[in-house]
Amino acid sequence: MIKVVLPAQLRILASAPGDVELDLAPPVTQRAILDALEARYPALCGTLRDHVTQERRAFVRFFACEQDLSHESPDAPLPDAVANGVEPFLIIGAIAGG
Amino acid sequence: MATKTSGVRVLVGTRKGAFILTSDEKRQKWNVSGPHFTGWELYHVKGSPADPNRLYASQSSGWFGQQIQRSDDGGKTWAPVDNKFVYAGVPGTHQWYDGTPHPWEFKRVWHLEPSLTDPDTVYAGIEDAAIFRTTDGGKSWNELPGLREHGSGPRWQPGAGGMCLHTILLDPSDPQRIFIAISAAGAFRTDDGGATWKPINRGLVSEYIPENSAEVGHCVHRIALHRSRPNTLFMQKHWDVMRTDDAGDNWHEISGNLPTDFGFVIDVHAHEPETVYVVPITSDREHFPPEGKLRVYRSRTGGNDWEPLTKGLPQSDCYVDVLRDAMAVDSCESCGVYFGTTGGQVYASADSGDTWAPIVRDLPAVLSVEVQTLS
Repeated sequence: MIKVVLPAQLRILASAPGDVELDLAPPVTQRAILDALEARYPALCGTLRDHVTQERRAFVRFFACEQDLSHESPDAPLPDAVANGVEPFLIIGAIAGG
Repeated sequence: MATKTSGVRVLVGTRKGAFILTSDEKRQKWNVSGPHFTGWELYHVKGSPADPNRLYASQSSGWFGQQIQRSDDGGKTWAPVDNKFVYAGVPGTHQWYDGTPHPWEFKRVWHLEPSLTDPDTVYAGIEDAAIFRTTDGGKSWNELPGLREHGSGPRWQPGAGGMCLHTILLDPSDPQRIFIAISAAGAFRTDDGGATWKPINRGLVSEYIPENSAEVGHCVHRIALHRSRPNTLFMQKHWDVMRTDDAGDNWHEISGNLPTDFGFVIDVHAHEPETVYVVPITSDREHFPPEGKLRVYRSRTGGNDWEPLTKGLPQSDCYVDVLRDAMAVDSCESCGVYFGTTGGQVYASADSGDTWAPIVRDLPAVLSVEVQTLS
């Protein structure tokens, strides 16, 4: 089971728990996680990636296993530790502004 | 005509959430609810004239984009509705700040204007400037592309705050007629329900554009009308307070004796169509009241002759701004006037502006103020 941690603002918006568990078939990718998140919580559509281009919003970051995966291809397989649920996939609002 | 009222509900959008302020018809004691949508920018919150329990809110964030929230119980509970604002067709370009072509890009919803008759129909004014409409209570939004596709579109240019469609006025006597305003393109009108639009900027003179009386390019900050006289519009432009009596075909200046004719808000008394309110702001360089004195100016003659309203407002060391969507009037027998400041104060007057008192003093910066008169 894959664990996804949402930022507080999006947990409230989507009425989602802090840690979301997703059951995904391999390969586990950013796109697969976001597709599953949006399917379960439609309010998240448009909050993490653009409705039309599907590109990550500029101030959203994806971290896992102490790595910044934000600039990886959305179709690249995520680390095994994420895919097998040992490490969470962290969705972060970037540090920006005051 | 005055409405027999049980009270008022003031809807306040701020940089860090929404607040709902309620009172009885005396408007002396207030209940404050909020913040709703904590931490998000609430550019606008407005109720349906056809169903006062139906509210819509524009919630946005630089991190997580745009949301639209809907309440069916007067703001007690909310639920997100569709947030997908996709321009019709291939959007093309407008001018960027440096004059180069720039693709139309959705940024946020500035203004929500519910239909006067149908709670499920709402118009949305967005940045980059375009008008959208829902007819299903927010489940889906579709652009009325005739505005953006007006031939002048490629010449529109953003103001300092972005290229926003910030004002939508629905003509109560003609459901096919809508007025809108864009910074910095100007005012436009449709007479066919939004299919086609015409610029209505004749008479505006703007020294900050190369052709001072151009068809488009004027930085209109706000327009307002009285429902009994929908052909008369009042405008607070970047500089100049203006008036038209022919639905925007011709404008003339009514700044008169104002201490400065720069400002953002303008509104009309609920029962006196020739009584108009503005809040003069020093200049486009100094976004605070002249001399540090927060004064609402009222004209009872439809412009030109203005009187300062100061009782209850700070008359020294006040350096707040009052943004374009941050003034509203109620329709109680004694007309109430409300405005919010970037310093987080929301001021109310229950006597047409003669005296003022703060409802709240320490909210986040206020972006918008609307009021519902509850019967």
